[in-house]
Amino acid sequence: MFEIVKRKELNKTVTLIEVNAPRVAKKAQPGQFIILRTDENGERIPLTVADYDREKGTVTVIFQIVGATTEKLNRLREGDSLSDFVGPLGRATETDGLKKVAVVGGGVGCAIAYPVAKKLHSLGCEVHAIAGFRTKELVILENEFKKASSKFILMSDDGSAGEKGLVTDALEKLIKSGEQYDEVITIGPLPMMKFVCLLTKKYGIKTVASMNPIMIDGTGMCGGCRLSVGGEMKFACVDGPEFDGHLIDFDEAMERSSIYRKFERHKHEEACNLFKKEVE
Amino acid sequence: MPNMSLKKNEMPTQAPNVRNKNFYEVALGYTPEQAIDEAKRCLNCKNKPCVSGCPVKVHIPDFIAKVAEGKFDEAYDIISLSSSLPAVCGRVCPQEHQCEGKCVRGIKGESVAIGRLERFVADYHNANCKLWPSDIANNGHRVAVIGSGPAGLTCASDLVRKGYKVTVFEALHTAGGVLVYGIPEFRLPKAIVEMEIKGLKALGVEIETNTVIGKTVSIDELMDEQGYEAVFIGTGAGLPKFMKIPGENLKGVYSANEFLTRINLMKAYLETSDTPIQKAKRVAVVGGGNVAMDAARCAKRLGAEVYIVYRRGMDELPARKEEVEHAEEEGVIFKTLTNPVEILGYHNPNDKKDDLNGTVNGIKCIEMELGEPDASGRRKPIEKPNSEFVLDVDCVIMALGTSPNPLIKDTTEGLETQKWGGIIADENGKTSRKGVFAGGDAVTGAATVILAMGAGKTAAAAIDEYIKSKENSKK
Repeated sequence: MFEIVKRKELNKTVTLIEVNAPRVAKKAQPGQFIILRTDENGERIPLTVADYDREKGTVTVIFQIVGATTEKLNRLREGDSLSDFVGPLGRATETDGLKKVAVVGGGVGCAIAYPVAKKLHSLGCEVHAIAGFRTKELVILENEFKKASSKFILMSDDGSAGEKGLVTDALEKLIKSGEQYDEVITIGPLPMMKFVCLLTKKYGIKTVASMNPIMIDGTGMCGGCRLSVGGEMKFACVDGPEFDGHLIDFDEAMERSSIYRKFERHKHEEACNLFKKEVE
Repeated sequence: MPNMSLKKNEMPTQAPNVRNKNFYEVALGYTPEQAIDEAKRCLNCKNKPCVSGCPVKVHIPDFIAKVAEGKFDEAYDIISLSSSLPAVCGRVCPQEHQCEGKCVRGIKGESVAIGRLERFVADYHNANCKLWPSDIANNGHRVAVIGSGPAGLTCASDLVRKGYKVTVFEALHTAGGVLVYGIPEFRLPKAIVEMEIKGLKALGVEIETNTVIGKTVSIDELMDEQGYEAVFIGTGAGLPKFMKIPGENLKGVYSANEFLTRINLMKAYLETSDTPIQKAKRVAVVGGGNVAMDAARCAKRLGAEVYIVYRRGMDELPARKEEVEHAEEEGVIFKTLTNPVEILGYHNPNDKKDDLNGTVNGIKCIEMELGEPDASGRRKPIEKPNSEFVLDVDCVIMALGTSPNPLIKDTTEGLETQKWGGIIADENGKTSRKGVFAGGDAVTGAATVILAMGAGKTAAAAIDEYIKSKENSKK
């Protein structure tokens, strides 16, 4: 069993948990992910590592409540335990030789973009961070990003926080102003990453996108996480989760991400109703 | 007087039209009376060809003689000398190619039902035994076993009985490997696998789940930092193969591994499970092996009309005979001499947000005929020109075989592997790395439970010898 030692609600739908998992903490790197199960009937879900503390032996993950499993996860409190927590899985973000990078995060994807920015920053790389949210209430990790970058731009769809507009607007402005990046790293919703990649392709800037598809085992066994990269079949769990953004077939990935939408809705409602009953 | 009936005692099964709607075990097992009657068909012949057909050399005529006398516990003890998972083997071994294939009774009539008897003896034992804490003296040496499938469990069992302190590492949250995620409940109830694992734990084997060797811990760390003197790699062949035909990334295309894992390990067929599975109406399973049969029969139980699409003929199906028969009885439709060329999908040009976009709505196949025998000795399937047709399905399951996982190879320096990923090991399981042994599908590529067990057994003996010789050279 893996105890939750800290829990913090970052906004209404996004929660941070720090989990006691010494062996995972010892090895975890930015860009990698873990798979957890809340309980015996639980689904295995992948979550990207948001932070780790090798001495304390803890790993932090940040999740958005999107379905039954994350709903269940969100009901757990400090002192509660997860039945399973395995990792670190996937390949770590490649940081070698990078001197100047734009890290572009969107929504809960910022939780994954942050440790990448932090690592690059600590290695002496110049980091420009762009974080986009729909609205002010959803903003997370603002201060953390500021500390991990030399330039931080906050964007919101409605202009209630930072500048009004999309992350691509901010990125294009920086590029046009003459900033030259070795690489752009983007993590967020699939449509956002797709448009970031279209933009950087126009300017010929190498771009890495972090994929988070449906998967079960996370070790290459099920193939559920497969995607097309440069016309080849890749498994996000072992070949990724980060890939050359200019080669990813985002449209296919978006279609694949909706496989269980109906089931998810049904299970989510079921879970919510169950919790409501418990409260009553 | 032996029982000279030419036919095996039939094993009671659930009726096909009942069982194709539930996940309970298909075959119900012999009663003690049936077992004794069947055991009396064994002639106890001098040459014991059956034993030579068994990869772990179970003393078959000896245990059958005990069954004939009604001494089932003694029969179990005899099997236990050679096999650590009899309840499993009795159910999933391809007996027709092994022990039973060599039985002299099979020359005229049917062979003795060795598999069914093994199953009976193991089930009888499991129902009536009590687990006692082990009294084996610990020899102070530690061995790590990677993977808790049939190879790993057998290796662990043999080593712990010799006094080694054994830890088994498993990547998933439940021990058992393919016995748990791959083979369905109706063919091998998970309670049986659990029972076998409990038995091993009682002997002192430690099992650490949620541990991916090569990620969580490396083999070097196990040996250099954690004090394991030898390692056995029994990680199986877990990577699914695809055909590289258009449409394989459509929604509704599964690898058999994914489909079976969702059902068997994650219990997606139960209402209580949070893991989803597509409720398909018409399913094409591509392949003709045991895994294809398992996937087809699972899909049938979930309510679909199911086709097996296989490029050779019925006689060439590599699956166990009983599995093919059971699948046919349950209503699985065999489209043999048929090969897929493309998977077709739905696309709504007017609505990009239509959830059905990118969903399977057919599989285009071509008819095949058999030509000259190829390198494998089987007749090579050849396409019949202009014979394409579309099978109307909303789900396709690819059961084309699997290959070994590269996680360990990529993180263990000096561990030599074949081009296709199999770990190179000699006949005793010794790899290119000192103290590292391997066996089962990780070495051979996808094969059978019993061959993996045989390899685990051989490696256990080699590990014992290796550690003892190291010890002796110190003296």
